[in-house]
Amino acid sequence: MVEFALNHAWLVPLLPALAFVIIVFLTQRWKRLSSLVSITAMLGSFVIASIIAYGVFTNHEFIEKSLVYSLKWFGMEGFNINVGVMLDPTSSMMLFMVSLVASLIQIYSTGYMKGDPQYSLFFAYLSLFGASMLGLIISSNLLQLFVMWELVGLCSYLLIGFYTFKVSAREAAKKAFMTTRIGDFGMLLGILFLQIKFGTLDLVELAAAIPMFEQFGVSLGLLTLIALLFFMGPVAKSGQFPLHVWLPDAMEGPTPVSALIHAATMVVAGVYLIGRTLFLYVQVPGAMEVVAAIGAFTALFAAAIAITQREIKRILAYSTVSQLGYMMLALGVGSLSASMFHLWTHAFFKALMFLAAGSVLHALHNKADVWDMGGLIKKMPITGWTFVVGGLAIAGIPPFAGFWSKDEILVVTMEYAKHGHALGYVLFGMAAFTAFLTAFYMWRMIFLTFFGKEKAENHPHESPWSMTAPLIVLAVMASIGGLIGTPWANIWGEWINFGEVHHAEPALGLMLLSVILALAGIGLAYTLYCKDGEKKTARKLAENYQSLYQLSYNKFYIDEVYAWFTQKIVDGTARVTYYFDIYFVDGIVNGIAAVTRGSGKGLRYLQTGSMQTYALVFFLAILVITVVLAFGSPSLASIMGGVK
Amino acid sequence: MNIDFSLITTEIALAILGLAIFTLGLIIPRSARKGLGNIALLGLIIVLGIAVYSWPNQGETLGGMYIVDHFSSFFKIVGLVAAILVVFGFRRYVAANVGNYLEYYSTIVFATLGMIVMISAGDFITLYLGLELMTISFIVLVAFRSFDVKSLEAGIKYLLLAGMSSAVLLYGLSLVYGATGTILFAEVAQSIIDGSGGLLLIIGLVMLIAGLGFKVSAAPFHMWSPDVYEGAPTSVTAFLATGSKAASFAILIRVFVGSLTGIQEHWVMLVAVLAALSMLIGNLIAIPQTNIKRMLAYSSVAQAGYIMVGIVAASQSGVKGVMFYSFIYVFATMGAFTVVAAVYNKIKSDEIADYAGLAQRAPLAATVLLVCMLSMAGIPLLAGFVGKFYLFMAIVDGYMWLVLLGLIMSMVSVYYYLRVVLVMFRDDPVDPTPLKMETSVTITLLIALGVTVFLGIYPGPLSEIANTAAQSFFTP
Repeated sequence: MVEFALNHAWLVPLLPALAFVIIVFLTQRWKRLSSLVSITAMLGSFVIASIIAYGVFTNHEFIEKSLVYSLKWFGMEGFNINVGVMLDPTSSMMLFMVSLVASLIQIYSTGYMKGDPQYSLFFAYLSLFGASMLGLIISSNLLQLFVMWELVGLCSYLLIGFYTFKVSAREAAKKAFMTTRIGDFGMLLGILFLQIKFGTLDLVELAAAIPMFEQFGVSLGLLTLIALLFFMGPVAKSGQFPLHVWLPDAMEGPTPVSALIHAATMVVAGVYLIGRTLFLYVQVPGAMEVVAAIGAFTALFAAAIAITQREIKRILAYSTVSQLGYMMLALGVGSLSASMFHLWTHAFFKALMFLAAGSVLHALHNKADVWDMGGLIKKMPITGWTFVVGGLAIAGIPPFAGFWSKDEILVVTMEYAKHGHALGYVLFGMAAFTAFLTAFYMWRMIFLTFFGKEKAENHPHESPWSMTAPLIVLAVMASIGGLIGTPWANIWGEWINFGEVHHAEPALGLMLLSVILALAGIGLAYTLYCKDGEKKTARKLAENYQSLYQLSYNKFYIDEVYAWFTQKIVDGTARVTYYFDIYFVDGIVNGIAAVTRGSGKGLRYLQTGSMQTYALVFFLAILVITVVLAFGSPSLASIMGGVK
Repeated sequence: MNIDFSLITTEIALAILGLAIFTLGLIIPRSARKGLGNIALLGLIIVLGIAVYSWPNQGETLGGMYIVDHFSSFFKIVGLVAAILVVFGFRRYVAANVGNYLEYYSTIVFATLGMIVMISAGDFITLYLGLELMTISFIVLVAFRSFDVKSLEAGIKYLLLAGMSSAVLLYGLSLVYGATGTILFAEVAQSIIDGSGGLLLIIGLVMLIAGLGFKVSAAPFHMWSPDVYEGAPTSVTAFLATGSKAASFAILIRVFVGSLTGIQEHWVMLVAVLAALSMLIGNLIAIPQTNIKRMLAYSSVAQAGYIMVGIVAASQSGVKGVMFYSFIYVFATMGAFTVVAAVYNKIKSDEIADYAGLAQRAPLAATVLLVCMLSMAGIPLLAGFVGKFYLFMAIVDGYMWLVLLGLIMSMVSVYYYLRVVLVMFRDDPVDPTPLKMETSVTITLLIALGVTVFLGIYPGPLSEIANTAAQSFFTP
């Protein structure tokens, strides 16, 4: 059975793809049946993914050599594109995680989306997303991966704008699509460069070829350019500064979508992709530094925004951006292991918190401002306590999952600094301070939402079991999911790493530091937002530091800068080109169209319907051709060229 | 002269099938004649099975007059597939609009037999034999709606014009024989290498091109096709546009690329010019058409232009392109004409304006028509794009002007295809009652849709097969 699963890994994305087709073409009319089809397919994928994970993680050969099989998609001389499957510990882990989270979120959605008129369509989109995401994970080829990459982008677009009646949702969907397109364009250029210079897009072949890049006539400068262009895709998709702007707006979509796509899976695709192509980045230290710096800056920047936000999902969104920054940072300092570990734990605790937030919104009829909540834990114990587990995990309290992975990132950043990278100390400082901020803003939200005084106007109630059961499963994973990667028994690092296996000594000092930072953050949040019932100090701080508060609350005005840029510069250029277009280009185009249509009409008169004419044309043509060929052929050939 | 019967099992089976249907039709009562379609379908599927099964068989028989190689087997399969789809997808159309004449299905089978003999021809006599069997069968088929003036007119036109073109072809054949002293393709090729040629051969060559160009409806020998396509029963139009055309392309390649290679410099440019003309005329005149069958007829002229590009290449990749394109073209064209016939069955009109709101009335039919047309226009991720890609890549060195023209004309074609789409999807129907399609039509449409989409996404295997077959053509 394990053999079968390993050799048929393409079934994992295929099942949800079939579910999509079935729902769209057959079962759309029956809502419950549609959700059943979708969930069954995803659970099937989860089962196969689990068997694959079992097969991979019990066979040590996979650490050295990945299982690859492919078939030719299309090709011609010297240019072949394969589609295939590439299984190694990293991709098996991702398959397992994505199919598990997707299954749970689909089950959750049966409760959350109940009564929606487009219920079936929602599940169809979720299935399509699952298929593309799982397909992306197993891709063995960059072109195949790019196709899947665009497909997940499309699903994201469709799902953000799912509530088509909401203007803000439509706007957010467009923003997400266009922002990520900017990154995808750079990424496509990078891919084209790789194909042109190295003649292949196969990941295994590229991994073998790129270390010898000079033999392919590629200078280090060009390789750096390729790496940076390629990095643009992940920057946009994984919400890194400065292309992070779409991710908070994407929260306009239904909450299960935010949990699945914009927290646990799609947004980490960028991190995964850089991890997949780390063989490229290790060759170009300059690009690695860029990755690390952008990662660390994004982590800090987003955390600084999150501390003043008021909407529950927006806080979580900025937290996601911040955590993605951590993952990029880990990759930038060269640790695939730490990055993937954080990706793994983050998927669980962040999905958990989003779903719990969805449960809250469900109970309060979409009232989103945390200042309007309070004391919810009494009426919604399961939602509340699972959320607290998530909060402990993200803040980095041992033994919850987030502690181990965040600690690992701090350790590798410190080591990077000690190996002669002065930049490393700065990065470490940013990462450590972010850890403090994370604990603070996350617990600020928890205290405001679940503790303190109840608000009289709220009538919360616990959500149905279909929504709370996934919360409990995720809470379990968020509690113990990190135990496989503790410094004392680092099973994770043994399997998922890049290059030499690295055995770090448990850095107790760093551990202590991160626990202190977390506790300090939580303590500060407690003092400001829980102990003090009136929140006087908090308000006073906001007033005293009005400018800073406004800066953070308005997200450092990045959106406004972009708006100004597009309005003044892009629109200005557009206006100039517009006139050029309507008068010059359109003139030509319309002229051509008129000539084409006119000639069509004119030529039509040759077709008289009279057979004599037809016969005449027939023989005339023979006559002309004979004369030309018999007497003028060489000169005609020399005019038109091309005779071999 | 020994006959290797193992090489011609497909032909024998097909001949038996045709005679059997005819005889059976005479015996059974008139009311039972409806079942002849099923027998024809079953028989054709069995013959297709035989043809696929005998794929490994290669060789020559009748002293070189009959050639069986992967190249011919490929086109035979294409022709048989076309015949099967015609028999299956147009059952109700034929029953309702043509009548249960016992000759209909047997004539279809004889036309198929003609194609297959022509595809395998190794000399001019066999070529002419197959061609005439096919043509005469088609003359009968075109005029089958004998109660319809248009059909009769089309039949007369086809009879006279096809006769004329046959005469020209025959004259050309005799000139080539006169110049080279042989009728076997292989010996003609040898004789040209040995130095025979001259004006006689060139005039023969022109007449060959004219005669075969007539069959593939290449401009300027295309003028019969709009009238005949419009007047003939739609099932016959579909068969004429797919099977007859594919078989004629096969023999064009066999004669020109295979046999007249020695005087390439005389005909390559000529074929290139004819291809360009076909693209231009076909696409431009398609624009103002209001009748969908006429529009598809002009589009089919344009398609002939694209396919001829592969002959211009006169190379393995060009031949492969022609084979690939012929295969996918059968499905796209069949899909389109099946929709046309099914719609005609319901609303008794072939006018594009009457397709208004078809997307609401018959969503599957509208979708298939959309996909088939987009495939013919060469939109990526559909089979037609891949086919055009192979064809044009084969001539990209040396005939850039033809590639550019092909690209521009493909863009033009999008215009008139999308006009139909616009009518189907945007306009509101005059009468919104859903059109219920018969199961056989639905299945045919799904086959056309499936193949067109599948080969667009995953062309690898068919491309490999076509490549092997093209190879067998060059190194027998």
